[in-house]
Amino acid sequence: MVTFGVADIKEREESQRDNDYVQTSGQPHTVSLIPHVAIKERAMAKDKRELTARAVKLSVESLNFFYGQTQALYNVSLTIPAEQITALIGPSGCGKSTLLRTMNRMNDIIPGTRVEGSIKLDGEDIYAPGTDVVSLRSRIGMVFQKSNPFPRSIFDNVAYGLRVNNLTKSRAELSQRVEGSLRQAALWDEVKDRLRESALALSGGQQQRLCIARTLAVQPEVVLMDEPASALDPIATQKIEELIVELKKQYTIVIVTHNMQQAARVSDRTAFFWLGKLIEVSNTEKIFTNPSEKMTEDYITGRFG
Amino acid sequence: MPDLRRRKIVSYAMLMLTGLCALLAISALVIILGYILVGGLRALSWDFLVNTPKPIGEPQSGIANAIVGSLILVGLGSLIGLPVGILAGIYLAEFGQNTFGYVLRFFIDTLIGVPSIVIGVFVWTVMVHPMGHFSARAGGVALGIMMMPIVARTTEEMFRLVPQSLREAALALGAPVWRASLGVVLRAAAPGVATGAMLAIARVAGETAPLLFTALALNYMSTDLNQPMASLTYQIYYYAGSPYDEWHSMAWAATLVLVTIILTLNIGVRILARNRYE
Repeated sequence: MVTFGVADIKEREESQRDNDYVQTSGQPHTVSLIPHVAIKERAMAKDKRELTARAVKLSVESLNFFYGQTQALYNVSLTIPAEQITALIGPSGCGKSTLLRTMNRMNDIIPGTRVEGSIKLDGEDIYAPGTDVVSLRSRIGMVFQKSNPFPRSIFDNVAYGLRVNNLTKSRAELSQRVEGSLRQAALWDEVKDRLRESALALSGGQQQRLCIARTLAVQPEVVLMDEPASALDPIATQKIEELIVELKKQYTIVIVTHNMQQAARVSDRTAFFWLGKLIEVSNTEKIFTNPSEKMTEDYITGRFG
Repeated sequence: MPDLRRRKIVSYAMLMLTGLCALLAISALVIILGYILVGGLRALSWDFLVNTPKPIGEPQSGIANAIVGSLILVGLGSLIGLPVGILAGIYLAEFGQNTFGYVLRFFIDTLIGVPSIVIGVFVWTVMVHPMGHFSARAGGVALGIMMMPIVARTTEEMFRLVPQSLREAALALGAPVWRASLGVVLRAAAPGVATGAMLAIARVAGETAPLLFTALALNYMSTDLNQPMASLTYQIYYYAGSPYDEWHSMAWAATLVLVTIILTLNIGVRILARNRYE
């Protein structure tokens, strides 16, 4: 977009401010002499300022993750803005699922894992000793790659989270909230006549929407999705993607996907990972049209991965 | 290809061989059940089931007290063995991936292999001898000790079979670990756990040796847990070893009753514990 006059001056002032930011950021810091790195630093600084305008829901700070002796995540720092969809992309094995699972401490159940650094939800470190992991998980929900409904009725599946967290006081309230969640997940019309039937009788896409309804029932603040549509056919995938975009209005969503097109279609911000390191994070549009890092560009254009 | 024909012949021969062995195994069971059915039906009657034993020669002798006694003893054993066994199995499945779990598993496997008479003598030493008399309580304890390791092992195996994804789904919804385990996973594993429990019950229901030293026997109807208790297995042993033909046929009938009870329990538990949502 070409602008003249006032806009031009504003831009020059802004880039001046960027320089100031980079040079006077507290610690002794020299602007890199390598041009493309300096450009990246300025871009990231500008990014940071844009982000503070919108509330930060989750903040990953200098996260290092170990499976026993193997390190899976190297010094990852990432901010997840509220009520937006952030996509984590990267080739297989780059640590994006691991990072997702650290956000609701699901990796705690794997023996031998170790976390260094912190993840802050609304400013509070979730890895602080004494954190109530159980209530954390009711604030940060998760949808898994392969749908995993309980072998019970559809109603019981959605009601499980409500019952376990004692969130409703009466049967009427419970039914109401189950209906609400199923409506939110765009599944109500299809199952309203068979709530007492087995959840396993549903199709793959319906089961995944059921899992989403189940997660939404406890009204979490953040919904983590680990490749939610990877096991589904294109039509079901489309339904899920529409659903996710609809959910953005109420929930903060972090989605891991190995399907770049899906990330481009659905997310507001995209973070690209490779071998456990965060290579680049920015607005989706920028990542897919004008990435700063060469590696990002190579991955996007399909040169590797 | 001559090689292909040879392979086909070998394959067919193996199929025949394995089929024959399967038939042999089944036929052993069928023959035993057949003998029991034929031998037992002769002496079986309603009187037989509701009367208590009388001295030889007197009419209307029965095994009612033995039936009740067996049920009480197995019931007591289950009360002790099932909860302890199931919870131990859950512990092993959920938290037993360390050295302690390994050692515990070894001990449990060893306990399964301990001869039942040794367990009977053990319970005699620690319960019957100090108490000064035989009792149904001691019999129940002995049977419970026998049931516990079997139930623990099968529970652990069944828990392991439940996919991790189910557990994770429950945890991700904010369920505490114990509730995810007991609520979701146990319910999914329930049919398997029930089968394991039935296996254990079927095993102890047919045991005589531990009862010889703990509950012994009784000739009249009683439900007093502090007194010796009659049991079907002991009655069978006693009648079969006697010199009277009448008592021999009563032993067959008692065997038929025992097998029927076990079969009914088996089928009943399977029906109740089936997962209606599979």
